[in-house]
Amino acid sequence: MRIKVLTRPTASAQAPGSSVARQPRNLDPALHPFERAREYTRALNATKLERMFAAPFLGTLGKGHVDGVYTMAKDPERLETFTSGSGDGVVKVWNLTSREQIWDVTAHEGIVKGLCFTRDRKLLSCASDKSIKLWAPYDTPSKSAPIATWLGSTAFTSVSHHRSLPNFAASSSVISIYDLSRTSTIPLQTLQWPTSTDTITALSFNQIETSILASCATDRSIILYDLRTSSPLSKAILGLASNAIAWNPMEAMNFAVANEDHNIYIFDMRKMSRALNVLKDHVAAVMDIEFSPTGEELVSASYDRTIRLWDRDGGHSRDIYHTKRMQRVFSCKFTPDAQYILSGSDDGNIRLWRAHASNRGGIKSARQRQKMEYDDALKDRYKHMPEIRRIKRHRHVPKQVKKAGEIKGEELASIKRRRENERKHSKKGQVPRRSEREKMVLATEQ
Amino acid sequence: MESEVSVPTSQLASNSNLSTVLRPLPHDPEKAAAKRRQLEAQKIYGRGRPIRKQSIKDKKLRSNLKTLETRYKDAALKAKDAEILLENEPGFLVPDGELERTYKVRQDEIRRNVAIETAKKGFELKIEGLGPYICDYTRNGRGLLLAGRKGHVATIDWRGVALGCELQLQETVRDAKWLHNNQYFAVAQKKYTYIYDHSGLELHCLRKHIEVTNMEFLPYHFLLATVGNAGYLKYTDTSTGQMVIEMSTKQGSPTAMAQNPSNAILHVGAQNGTVSLWSPNSTTPLVKLLAHRGPVRAMAVEREGRYMVSAGQDLKMGVWDLRMWKEVNSYFLRQPGSSVAISDRGLVGIGWGTQTSVWRGLFDKSRNDQEKIQSPYMGWGGEGQRIERVRWCPFEDILGISHDKGFSSIIVPGAGEPNYDALELNPYETTKQRQEAEVKSLLNKLQPEMISLNPNYIGNLDLISAAERKKEADLDRKPEDPVAKLKNRGRGKNSSLRKHLRKKGKRNVIDETRLRIDALRMETNKKARTTLKKSEEDLGPTLGRFVRKGA
Repeated sequence: MRIKVLTRPTASAQAPGSSVARQPRNLDPALHPFERAREYTRALNATKLERMFAAPFLGTLGKGHVDGVYTMAKDPERLETFTSGSGDGVVKVWNLTSREQIWDVTAHEGIVKGLCFTRDRKLLSCASDKSIKLWAPYDTPSKSAPIATWLGSTAFTSVSHHRSLPNFAASSSVISIYDLSRTSTIPLQTLQWPTSTDTITALSFNQIETSILASCATDRSIILYDLRTSSPLSKAILGLASNAIAWNPMEAMNFAVANEDHNIYIFDMRKMSRALNVLKDHVAAVMDIEFSPTGEELVSASYDRTIRLWDRDGGHSRDIYHTKRMQRVFSCKFTPDAQYILSGSDDGNIRLWRAHASNRGGIKSARQRQKMEYDDALKDRYKHMPEIRRIKRHRHVPKQVKKAGEIKGEELASIKRRRENERKHSKKGQVPRRSEREKMVLATEQ
Repeated sequence: MESEVSVPTSQLASNSNLSTVLRPLPHDPEKAAAKRRQLEAQKIYGRGRPIRKQSIKDKKLRSNLKTLETRYKDAALKAKDAEILLENEPGFLVPDGELERTYKVRQDEIRRNVAIETAKKGFELKIEGLGPYICDYTRNGRGLLLAGRKGHVATIDWRGVALGCELQLQETVRDAKWLHNNQYFAVAQKKYTYIYDHSGLELHCLRKHIEVTNMEFLPYHFLLATVGNAGYLKYTDTSTGQMVIEMSTKQGSPTAMAQNPSNAILHVGAQNGTVSLWSPNSTTPLVKLLAHRGPVRAMAVEREGRYMVSAGQDLKMGVWDLRMWKEVNSYFLRQPGSSVAISDRGLVGIGWGTQTSVWRGLFDKSRNDQEKIQSPYMGWGGEGQRIERVRWCPFEDILGISHDKGFSSIIVPGAGEPNYDALELNPYETTKQRQEAEVKSLLNKLQPEMISLNPNYIGNLDLISAAERKKEADLDRKPEDPVAKLKNRGRGKNSSLRKHLRKKGKRNVIDETRLRIDALRMETNKKARTTLKKSEEDLGPTLGRFVRKGA
């Protein structure tokens, strides 16, 4: 008879001369019962922890502005510097690491409408006092005179710098392209849609297809221009006017517009008759919009005193940020490392937020990172479960916003009901249904 | 060694057969080997059938599922590759010649043939006069709990032969059970059930668990389930102390109880021979099966929850397939079995009268039909001690047998799982590891609502309601025709039309629906009359008068 009985040497539990107990694994599913249920429980706990650790607000920068912050810009070459302009004409440059102001100037008489860094460490500002000024915040002391000034015939509303050429575009009722090196009042080019005369509120250079320029105007239109032919490309008229426009930094043809109708529309510039996506959640006009440097996320500032974060391909916001004292938000920016968000509001403060509310900076140990990755995978795997989805989506929202959302929901439902009734009582096909992504586009022109 | 070798080779053979069937001309031997490896990995580490991607129209979903499937495949392969890291081999007992029988091997022979420290694992504790003993091992197999009928309770770290605590309760003890680790145990005493800690200190008295006869502890749910003479099944959450549910089994006093370790369902055996399956989510049994022609005496479920072995007063030991709810085989015992236990590697230990037998190969999950085994694998006893309970020591080749004269630990080669997972259950854990594992298991505690016959239902999509929801959301859908539904003839004598007429036909509202229903009724009646007439004519004048309507 041959006999062998299971024995494990003492060294199998703890290697000789070591103080660390060995932890052998066996992946046989029979040894791991209830794996789905246990994974689900872990996912639920991870989701709860994520919400428990959510603390998006980091602080305000310096002492802020005296008047509301209506525009902000970041330096494309630097991680830590960015600038803000306020309603009393003051422009300040900030250092993000120290959260302190490093340079300031009373730049204009009226509201600073546009700010933009050039590629050679200069700063452009424009305002309703009909002037554009060039500053050197890195080289000159605070409150020094501008390096150059361009004067226009009407108030300027926005300014954007070309990716590679030393040119910049400024908008009033037309778009004027200026050369940085020549301070003549006559622009290099003037771009205009032949029939439109209204004020252009925002414009933005495409940073990949560098000669494409997009603008939106008070006549509810979005117009795209090509600098190479110095002519407009196409135009779309939406239901309400748009307030801001932002190009996707990774997908050259896509851009987002912040609309007065509380929505954000993402368009493909080749097909303006239909939005790629509609982002709905705000309960007041959207004032500013920006893509994250990865092009996957968006941040929007709204007149309803909140900031919302979005996934590019989701329909509703991923998160909502608000504080008791934050007033109407007019501008928001992602920091270039996509880790933080800056918001400028009517109360004159510039606030710094985390882009992911429960993330923490600082160095993490390998085990910590492993745990977080595992938790993320679990959360993703069980995200469809009702309990997990409920906890993940739950947010405390200011009473006014919640109420406004309820009222808005009722209004939209009643409009929808009315449309359905109309449809029911008219000839079949007479009142067609329009897709949510198309219905706000009233007309497109080439 | 015969069986040890034969199992994998047979698997290999069947796999290679399969692959040759799939592709008659293996062009590339490397590819064929990869395929075989994949199949083998899938067999052990796979998680069910792959999703059929071809039928999915949504591109995004299809590509997501595709990545998911590749990930599952890779995981299975990697798990298979990680088998190289498993350190220990299972034990065995193999006869040398044709004439040798394994069931004739005696314990002293085994003890002589193995190393000294292994031989020490087989021991006897003679405790006379304190009544038949019951025993229980902790989940990692380190602690042993002994409880005598007359109130003697002792915990032992059996490996170091160190007594943990000893209690003389001086009242009847009907059952004793370790909780999640070796720090706490529950004892069902004369009236109430008590929880003690490792030093023997009474922590809780569970006043709602009265006259308990059988207890089970569900370690992942932290539930202590008891059933008493009154036939009430009660679940208490031991982490919070809350009673989860108490319900009547309505079968009188129970005769046996066991848990299914893979899905935490409790099997309760009754006087009338039925085994009923209970979860805390239903006040009626999920399944009832008639296992014996007399009281059920003992039950045990295999760790993957596929087979149950039960013993009854009718001198029978039945092997049940819990997937089909069918008896696979039944074996005859000379005396009714008093206790059954199934080891991690599928060995069945059964105590009957003064004897204990160990059976091997009663069931095999990879076989379609289970063969009837002719003789047991090992035997023990016959020396006058009545067996009260048998329990396998987890992760060891040890069978613990408690009887009216104490406790015996016998060596059964090939019983225990050789390779433990230290992050799941660690027989060599340190205090720190035990504490950490306790905290982790409390964090991952499963809710009682998750107990169901299929433990993997969690995370599944509710497909039916999704379809319903989609239908509701479609504004252009056609309204349902109330009359069309009535045209379907239901099963049985009452058609849906007749039911509608019975329930709502007397209403004096003449509308369009009513008119259509009347027309429908006329039509059906007419059809019935013509068929009646036709069959009458077919059968002729003599037999025609026996034709009935609707036949």
